Amino acid sequence: MPANKPLVQFKNVQKSYDGKILVVKDLNLDVETGEFLTMLGPSGSGKTTCLMMLAGFEPATYGEIYLNERPINNVPPHKRGIGMVFQNYALFPHMTVAENLAFPLEVRKMSKSERESRVNKALDMVQLGEFGNRRPAQLSGGQQQRVAVARALVFDPDLVLMDEPLGALDKNLREQMQYEIKHIHENLGVTVVYVTHDQSEALTMSNRIAVFNDGVVQQLASPSDLYERPENAFVAQFIGENNKLRGKVVDIDGEYCVVQTAEGVPIYAMAINVGNRGDESTLSLRPERVVINPEPGSVPNIFDAEVLELIYLGDHIRSRVAILGRDDFIVKVPNSADHAAMQKGDVVSVGWLQQDCRALDA
Amino acid sequence: MTAIANNSAAAPLTIDGVIIDDAELKKRLDKAMFRSRFRAFLLVLPLLLFIVFSFILPIAYFLMQGIYDSSFSSKMPEVTKSLKDWDAVSEPTEEMYAALAADLRVVSANKTIGRVATRVNREFPGSRSLFTSTGRSISKLEAPYKESLVKKKKKWADIRVWQGMKTASRTWTPGYYAAAVDLKLNADGSIDQQVEKRRIHIKLFLRTLKISFLVTLFCVVLGYPIAFLLATLPVRTSNLLLILVLLPFWTSILVRTTAWIAMLQSQGVVNDLLVYFGVTDDGSRYSLIYNQLGTLIAMTHILLPFMVLPLYSVMKGIPPSYMRAAKSLGATNWTAFWRVYAPQTIPGIGAGGILVFIVAIGYYITPALVGGQEGSMISNFIDSHMRQTLNWNLAAALGGVLLFVVLIFYWLYDRIVGIDNMKLG
Repeated sequence: MPANKPLVQFKNVQKSYDGKILVVKDLNLDVETGEFLTMLGPSGSGKTTCLMMLAGFEPATYGEIYLNERPINNVPPHKRGIGMVFQNYALFPHMTVAENLAFPLEVRKMSKSERESRVNKALDMVQLGEFGNRRPAQLSGGQQQRVAVARALVFDPDLVLMDEPLGALDKNLREQMQYEIKHIHENLGVTVVYVTHDQSEALTMSNRIAVFNDGVVQQLASPSDLYERPENAFVAQFIGENNKLRGKVVDIDGEYCVVQTAEGVPIYAMAINVGNRGDESTLSLRPERVVINPEPGSVPNIFDAEVLELIYLGDHIRSRVAILGRDDFIVKVPNSADHAAMQKGDVVSVGWLQQDCRALDA
Repeated sequence: MTAIANNSAAAPLTIDGVIIDDAELKKRLDKAMFRSRFRAFLLVLPLLLFIVFSFILPIAYFLMQGIYDSSFSSKMPEVTKSLKDWDAVSEPTEEMYAALAADLRVVSANKTIGRVATRVNREFPGSRSLFTSTGRSISKLEAPYKESLVKKKKKWADIRVWQGMKTASRTWTPGYYAAAVDLKLNADGSIDQQVEKRRIHIKLFLRTLKISFLVTLFCVVLGYPIAFLLATLPVRTSNLLLILVLLPFWTSILVRTTAWIAMLQSQGVVNDLLVYFGVTDDGSRYSLIYNQLGTLIAMTHILLPFMVLPLYSVMKGIPPSYMRAAKSLGATNWTAFWRVYAPQTIPGIGAGGILVFIVAIGYYITPALVGGQEGSMISNFIDSHMRQTLNWNLAAALGGVLLFVVLIFYWLYDRIVGIDNMKLG
């Protein structure tokens, strides 16, 4: 993590709209200068509320938000100098693209020539140099999106907020825009706080991801850490595909533990987020870490499984198997020559390493 | 796509030996659509007939009266014929007097002389009794008629009576439209300005326009904040307020106007309060009604919903993110409102404005009840021609001019704002 001062700090921030339910519960979060931080979570998890509090459109019920070490709870939105990209772009329909871009410069009383050169620079940045005289309605969704990004950046803010900006685009365009925004971030070095409910978007773009659920940050980590080292059952389930097995902790030894399923079968796992012996635990296991027909003795966990379903996906074959009393266990088998073809109804042995299986909270 | 298009350009598509070109395709489409179009037409037919017979035909017939008037020519055919060749300056001949006498005999017998007298009296005021009194002693009339008539009534020698009859004898006449804009049709067909003291219509039209403009302006000023409030409040509260806006809409205009009389009259609620708070003393109460002020107050109140509703629906369609975006870009509330929000409400102002203006320009009941003399509008004048002077032709001409004025404003609006920008909901 960079050693420089955080650009944004949330300190014990709470938010309630109706005085009964806390939408955001005790948020503590630092955003480092220059990073791309994504707030990821299901709808209603409080991520957009956090963004709105940072932008100044919603007051925090309790706690303090700092921008450049300055408390900003009482600073109105237009004095915060934060660029923002909205979900439906919010491009002003009665102004041309160039007028939209010039708007933040105009209210900052910039000279006409300065405005023009900045607007042209921003339009070139998003490859829309010739579209200055068009109205937003005459642009495609992707072009409108780019104008919205350019408008949020044209006045050189330190911080740009993006509220599900790609939600309205189709899949191909969304992926293309993800890279474009990522490159703009890398080239400009601006700090971005990004809100989305799409995990692949978050994994593609971010330096760090804060996973929100139920008004609480469940885990704040880099994309690879989040995927490979989830710290609780929610994160494991929410990010990527995940196999769940449930049981009771019967032995803990440092970072290792043994969890016994209801059938009395012991599973060797990593003790990540478990309490004491006898506590319930959810085991998390990525489908691609499961090995088909392992050499006996090469992995500690080996079980018999019946193949229930096979789905051909080109580069790999997704197979659903019945194992340890569950019938939703997924195994991803790479489509390579050394893997024998499985048939529906076959009974195969599957196994996995102790370090690939993480024992988490119940 | 392009491959198919190229293909068809090279060799036209044929089905069963028939070449399907554009014309043939259109024919087939029309044939296929005919049944559904015909059924759709049958559905609207009852309404169409209703509108044609109860709306379009009566209005067309009535508007025609502004240029068509046979009340003289149909009852006095002989004199009408002889007046046609008269140059309107030379002395009337014995033949003309004879034709007049013959016609007078007929209208006197079938008791329509009153209408003829009224018609000529419009052109030459003061000639009514000339006809009626001559009618009473028509049996004693004998040749030579010129001498006989002039002997009975010296006024028959007055050339202005004859000029009046010549003007009245025109069946298709521009006279009423000329009168509606304070012009005067002379017997020789020329048109002059009306004499000073009879130029009342233009003044009345201007006053009508002024009142309508002011009412529209007041409605924008009062309605805009209400509509904004309705559009920004939570749905529950805004629905309740919307009902309050609509409530007067559902009440009879007569009741609302009468309520204003109770409020504004010199012994009314408003004046009582002003006296009570010492703003004025009992002796010098304000006259808030039976003048232009009364018309303005009552009409603004009654027409306000016409402004609020289109504004509300337009404002409802403006997502709050626009204002937020403007603020995040550094605009103060004031700038964000005027640069971003207000321009987007122009279609609503336009729709509400044109609605209020057009309804106001033809308003009748309210100015009639609370307007008094100086607060009355052109429609009140049309009404008085319809019911009191019974000059339907002039009423039709005034109505036609009013319609024309409204269309001009509609056209202006289209040129300036654009009718496509209008949004009623």
